[in-house]
Amino acid sequence: MILVGRPEDVPPGDAVRIEAGGGSGLPIAVFNVDGEFLAIDDTCTHQDASLADGWVEGCTVECPLHAACFDLRTGMPSGPPAKTPVRTHEVVVADGLVYVRVAESVEAAA
Amino acid sequence: MRAVAVIGGSLAGLAAARALREHGFDGRVIVVGDEERLPYDRPPLSKEFLAGKIGVEDLALTTDTDADLDLDWHLGVPAAGLDVRGRSVVLASGRRIEVDGVVLATGARARPFPGARLAGVHTLRSLDDAVALRDELLAGGRLVVIGAGFIGAEVASTARDLGVEVTVIEADPLPLGGVLGPELGAACTALHEDNGVRLISGTPVTGLVGTDRVQGVRLAGGRSEPADVVVVGIGALPNIEWLAGSGVDHDHRGVWTDAGGATNIPQVVAAGDCTFSYCPYAGVDLRQEHWTNAIQQPAAAVESLLGLPVAAARPSAPYFWSDQYGARLQFAGHRLPDDAVEIIEGDLGSRRFVAGYRRRGELVAVFAMNQPKLFGKWRRQLVAPALAELS
Ligand SMILES: Cc1cc2nc3c(=O)[nH]c(=O)nc-3n(C[C@H](O)[C@H](O)[C@H](O)COP(=O)(O)OP(=O)(O)OC[C@H]3O[C@@H](n4cnc5c(N)ncnc54)[C@H](O)[C@@H]3O)c2cc1C
Ligand code: FES
Repeated sequence: MILVGRPEDVPPGDAVRIEAGGGSGLPIAVFNVDGEFLAIDDTCTHQDASLADGWVEGCTVECPLHAACFDLRTGMPSGPPAKTPVRTHEVVVADGLVYVRVAESVEAAA
Repeated sequence: MRAVAVIGGSLAGLAAARALREHGFDGRVIVVGDEERLPYDRPPLSKEFLAGKIGVEDLALTTDTDADLDLDWHLGVPAAGLDVRGRSVVLASGRRIEVDGVVLATGARARPFPGARLAGVHTLRSLDDAVALRDELLAGGRLVVIGAGFIGAEVASTARDLGVEVTVIEADPLPLGGVLGPELGAACTALHEDNGVRLISGTPVTGLVGTDRVQGVRLAGGRSEPADVVVVGIGALPNIEWLAGSGVDHDHRGVWTDAGGATNIPQVVAAGDCTFSYCPYAGVDLRQEHWTNAIQQPAAAVESLLGLPVAAARPSAPYFWSDQYGARLQFAGHRLPDDAVEIIEGDLGSRRFVAGYRRRGELVAVFAMNQPKLFGKWRRQLVAPALAELS
């Protein structure tokens, strides 16, 4: 598991980007949706934008570059230009700290 | 309607074909494209693809699910005429396709440098152009880019990354001043010199030097600049000549349409880079040669064609991005020369900022360098100038 920080490090409606190290090594974005923490791969599956920079509305994030929207719970894109889902990752809040358990493979997200 | 032809098999054409099916059109959809290939994405041609970071497969715009669209592709032959009365499209091969509706999505082509064609002189619009240019850049040598617009700047940046010696020559004393205004144009063009690319501005190129192969470019005042490869980035021309005599209103600026992509001819609509369309955000007619427009406008055009309410006619600000020298530039809105510009986040020197353009106090456009998140925030606060004027 990777330590994200304290819950207050991710304000509601906002996101932080963390380097995942190990495994895939891809950065992960952790979102706070009304107090619930959700984590997905940070890199948009369309090109290379950071989804932590995207606009969050309800449970979706809009990519800051070409506006593909992803469901933060499932990782599914709602339409073009993104074609493939982003991986989702489990978030664990324990002892007042937020952690991410990095998903094994891309298949795990599908 | 039983058959619709989409003319132009690229971003706007594919988006139109998808929109037809999304709206439940179950007749024949024929896509006519003069390139041999299925639709591919152009923005990476001057960026990741030219740099060699991604390959041809990565450019594909079609997905596996597009097979369900049941499209009838006619690739490799251009449409040569539109016979509105005879309800048909005539291909250059002489073949005639009978249709009940037409979506024009023929895009634009690079404006060539006037005069004889010399080896080593390139424009960049298609995948083949990008492959040919990349081969020459890898051979090394000196590159001269004519035009410091977005495409020229992106090519200069990518070539620099490939280790090429680059000079950019721009006729305008204030490169990008027309689009972004002098202050922000200067902030962007400073990226060239920051990255070891020479920029000569305020100096038009008057001719090319060389007999078979280019050896240099001649500048106003008589001086010349040696070059092994030249890239001409001086704008794009809409592909509309084939519509001559069709009765569809158009001129050198593109096919005229309303906000919903409708032309003057019922059952003929248009979208993407080939159009000169009323922009409800700006309150004027514009040609928007940008990716986001080419993906959004087709939905409206298809709604117009099918006689459905046009959702996309509500004001949404024009948008484009550009990537140069590792910097991400984003612009949304509509700027006029008199608009007041101010830095609203960050500062110019840091190369990370958001700038706002105001007209009578209202925010009508925003530009950001390396600030995608804040750009997203400010972009949502834009006020359509066309509406601001009424208030
Ligand atoms: C190198 C490059 C980089 C770019 N970078 C950016 C960027 O960073 N950001 C951004 O916002 N935009 C960018 N753009 C612009 C963006 O790619 C275009 O706005 C978009 O491709 C327009 O799509 P379109 O389908 O309208 O036209 P096009 O992509 O031009 O496609 C039109 C198609 O129609 C075909 N055609 C033409 N005439 C005929 C005919 N008579 N019959 C049949 N077919 C015909 C053409 O060959 C072409 O395949 C870039 C463009 C280029 C070339
Ligand atoms: S990079 Fe995210 S939509 Fe294109």
